[in-house]
Amino acid sequence: MFGTGLLKGLGITFKHLVDTYKDDIQSTPARYQGSDDRGKGLKVIDQPVDQEGLLTIQYPEERRLLPERFRYIPMLIWDTETDEERCTACGICAKVCPPQCIWITRATDEAGKPVTRPQDFFIDATICMSCNYCVEFCPFDAIKMDHDAELASFERFPHLVYDKGELTVPLDYYAALWPTQYAEEQERRAQEAAEARAKEEAKAARAAVKKEEEEAPAPEAKLSRAEELKQKAMERARQRREAQS
Amino acid sequence: MSLAPPNFPDLKTDQVESYLHPSVSVPEGLNNNVLVTTIDRLYNWSRRSSMWPLLFGLACCAIEMIATASSRFDLSRFGMEVMRPSPRQSDLMIVSGTVTKKMVPAIVRIYNQMAEPRYVIAMGACATGGGPFKEGYNVVSGIDKYVPVDVYIPGCPPTPEALMFGLMKMHQKVDTQSVTTADWYKREGSAFVPVPHLGPDIFDPRQADLIRAETMSGEAVAADTGGDRAEGGVPGGLRNLGEKAKARIAQAKERAAARLAG
Amino acid sequence: MSDIVAPSTTVAGPLDVAGTLALVQEALPDAKPVSAGPTDYLEVAPDQLIEALQVLRDQGGCDLLSSITCTDYLSYQGRARAKDGPRFEVVYHLYSTAQGGDCVVLHVPVDDGESLPTATPVYPGANLQEREVWDLYGLVFDGHPNLRRILLWEGFEGHPMRKDWHEAYYEEDQKPFRSRHPRADFARSEDKVPWGKNTRYPADWDPDDWQEPVTYVPVSQDPRSRNGAGDHLSTESVVVNLGPHHPSTHGVFRMIVRIEGETVIALEPDMGYLHRNHEKIGERNTWLMNMPFTDRLDYINSMSNNWGYALAVEKLMGLEVPERAEYLRVIMAELSRIVNHLWSIGFILNDLGALQTPALYAIEEREMILDLFESVSGARMMCNYLRFGGVHRDLPAGWAERARYVVHERLPRALDQLDDLLSGNEIVNTRGRGVGYLSAEQLISLSVTGPMIRAAGVPYDIRRCEPYGVYDRFDFDIPTLPHSDVYDRYYIRLLEARESVRIVQQALAGLPEGDILAGKGGYVFRPPEGEAYGRVEGPKGELGFYLVSDGKPNPYRYHIRAPSYINLNALAPMTVGYKVADAIVILGAIDIVLGEVDR
Ligand code: SF4
Ligand code: SF4
Ligand code: SF4
Repeated sequence: MFGTGLLKGLGITFKHLVDTYKDDIQSTPARYQGSDDRGKGLKVIDQPVDQEGLLTIQYPEERRLLPERFRYIPMLIWDTETDEERCTACGICAKVCPPQCIWITRATDEAGKPVTRPQDFFIDATICMSCNYCVEFCPFDAIKMDHDAELASFERFPHLVYDKGELTVPLDYYAALWPTQYAEEQERRAQEAAEARAKEEAKAARAAVKKEEEEAPAPEAKLSRAEELKQKAMERARQRREAQS
Repeated sequence: MSLAPPNFPDLKTDQVESYLHPSVSVPEGLNNNVLVTTIDRLYNWSRRSSMWPLLFGLACCAIEMIATASSRFDLSRFGMEVMRPSPRQSDLMIVSGTVTKKMVPAIVRIYNQMAEPRYVIAMGACATGGGPFKEGYNVVSGIDKYVPVDVYIPGCPPTPEALMFGLMKMHQKVDTQSVTTADWYKREGSAFVPVPHLGPDIFDPRQADLIRAETMSGEAVAADTGGDRAEGGVPGGLRNLGEKAKARIAQAKERAAARLAG
Repeated sequence: MSDIVAPSTTVAGPLDVAGTLALVQEALPDAKPVSAGPTDYLEVAPDQLIEALQVLRDQGGCDLLSSITCTDYLSYQGRARAKDGPRFEVVYHLYSTAQGGDCVVLHVPVDDGESLPTATPVYPGANLQEREVWDLYGLVFDGHPNLRRILLWEGFEGHPMRKDWHEAYYEEDQKPFRSRHPRADFARSEDKVPWGKNTRYPADWDPDDWQEPVTYVPVSQDPRSRNGAGDHLSTESVVVNLGPHHPSTHGVFRMIVRIEGETVIALEPDMGYLHRNHEKIGERNTWLMNMPFTDRLDYINSMSNNWGYALAVEKLMGLEVPERAEYLRVIMAELSRIVNHLWSIGFILNDLGALQTPALYAIEEREMILDLFESVSGARMMCNYLRFGGVHRDLPAGWAERARYVVHERLPRALDQLDDLLSGNEIVNTRGRGVGYLSAEQLISLSVTGPMIRAAGVPYDIRRCEPYGVYDRFDFDIPTLPHSDVYDRYYIRLLEARESVRIVQQALAGLPEGDILAGKGGYVFRPPEGEAYGRVEGPKGELGFYLVSDGKPNPYRYHIRAPSYINLNALAPMTVGYKVADAIVILGAIDIVLGEVDR
């Protein structure tokens, strides 16, 4: 019969409308299952897959839970354990970058000899295609993907060309954003370091007996330090944004 | 799964408070009853809370813009659910995607047709600065080469969150404007942008003299700028950078040097 | 509504490529067989081309001319070619939709300044692709009905895909550029050009001399309107311009329509408004760098695009892909097919005037799939997930369970709901049924592929006819519908999405453990000299990558056979005779994405 299709369509739309409220009423107060209230009214929403429909994310009060692998613009790692940057200016990231938006100048010492540290490191965010290649092929775990997508600015140049100072973040900021990968990486690095050390030790043992002096800091102390550094990183991110606006 | 993103600064400070007039003090007990504001604040508040974006997509970024407008992110929370297909009815152009030379004349025409006060957001790396396709022969390296841009959003594509952050920046900008100084209330109005033409390559009438001077100078210009390479030099360099840029780069170098030394 | 589904049929045995080439050789003894890496082809002189194509079509059974492209061998570095041969080679790929199997390849060497005959009398589908070759390479096709620029504009200086043509921001022939490391002061390309833009002008050109070109206006293409007298009401025809900024064109696409009353009597598509120079940039990139660029072709389906490119390169390098990676590829590609079909259904409805509501319902579940993509690859749309010989990363913890819930519960529910909402709807039926008809033969002769020909009853699907990956392990149907109208084109997408759900369910159940990447990985690849054409059944049709390697770290030729672009061949013939409002829906049902049309 003519008209049934229209009625059915209206019915389905009406059902959608009712369902929205039904869902709200049923799951209040725990509407946002898996959400994490971090104070300041900032909620992170992780919608369970079996919750019907889609939850509207009321940005900026609420945010979507970003998966660990989320990538936006790269950042450079400042290794807080050794207190120096990890980048060795090897240039691999600049080589693999598809739109060629990385510029690196290798630093030189007083004698003018190149050293394995970058003097300048620029990423042009108006070109970067967030492809992840720089991260994927960096042999020193020195460049990682930031989750901070809130980069809008009133000016394009030079504000969106990030220099080394703006790109560098402490290691613990990265550890907080990428916990799984960070753990794997630490394991691998520790193993590599152990291998290197074993080699060294063997060598040292042959020459003369030498005592290992490594004393790892207590885990609790380290944890709080990590927390502290994370705060610092966030503070930096905030400043960066304020400086921009 | 990862931890939550870092606590970004409170962008949305108390809505009402920011509109109170700073120099008029309201007696303690009347705080909740009397609101002293200025025309500007009221006017800007109403303007920014009901911006009408132009339904205008260029490339991949447009898909994220549609996703932002759809149920999960819901642009109507910003008073923007009505995307108008006609430029006459809209005051915000979100340039979402790669701008090509062939498209620029149309974009400029649309921009000129929009109601004033009009705003432009460059969404995505492409609209901001050419993006991954910057070197392409048919790609314009940033829409700001042709029309003025108010907010730039980097990212490829900017996620819906990034776009909404950009929109909030846009609101901030609207808030700083004043009725008394705005271009669009001046007698002569604000200027139209001349429409570029598609000749042997796209050209901007504003630059006709510059182009003529170069093409008539007898040297083949800009035909192959890879020339520096042959002489072993590095093309580019810190030419034509603004003072601000140079200062920033110098600062970065200092910081790096300090770190290296320390 | 299952009663209108024709039973799934498969095609008769694969095409005997060697035998078909032998047929041509028999007819044309001058044709020279050549072997280039994994591909064997015949070299045919320009004056024998038409004959060769006729033999292939009439005796060889190759009914679909899939791809025409050109290679400029000016700076070829490999050893396999003589240095003094003709500069250009035009490449034809043909296959049989009745038999399936691999492609037959013809090369036609042409020197600069020479011309070759058009293939349009034999294969009308050659139309747009020949125009593209003219536009980008400047080769003239004698007898072509409408040889004008297509991606660039009339009056553009030069033919940009020629190897000796450089743009204003040109830096080097090959990436990586040496100016980026180790002595690299940040430099903007803008600073190279006095006017700060990526433009170049011929010497002695004066902007004041420039004149607005005369706009091309199509004349009537309708046999009934002018020639036939009789019952046709004689009115004056009007030219209407739709686009490039028009909400119905799905991006920046322009149609110049000549209408008489409400009836379309001629239609001319105009594109290039999103021509982003993928191919020029692609030939400067290294092999690996092109992967994230393929994401941005059909930006709704980055996963399928990745696969097409990876497949072509793997063919060239002879790489084997581990089993787990193959399964992951199938899962991702099918999920993205579902995303694409939901999207296109939603937007067909938009074009029918049901603004937003059905589209919003249709793309609701898309967000769930995008979440899956994001947690595995890091990005919602531009996944850049595949690598040569496998995939980039393994699944994160909990991914498979989440995906399983999505494909077992959410997606079937969403598809049923859409079916319920739309398939019986009066408006969809009255505006869709019988609109935009073209017969299967016409569609194939116009080189149309994908859901469009399956909605015309042709069960041609590359996943079945020339299986790649592990598609031969799954139990799925190739749905076909008989009417070849807008309604069937809508409904076939729903049916295909259901089949994709089935495939993902099976793939998730059978997902083996093991490696995800063959070989060492790394970022430098040097495929041996030769050429390869890799194709996948993209959600929009046959997505092919034609690659030529000269043994160097950068592809010598990188060409994308874009289904959206080639399917537009059928737009004008499909629309002429219908109302102008139908033109919008007919375009919507072709399902184009401008990133792929213009590349
Ligand atoms: S970030 Fe990594 S790849 Fe890039 S220069 Fe530094 S160490 Fe090398
Ligand atoms: S993410 Fe990709 S485009 Fe961006 S800097 Fe890294 S390699 Fe370059
Ligand atoms: S910025 Fe990236 S996603 Fe946006 S239009 Fe450009 S290439 Fe596409």
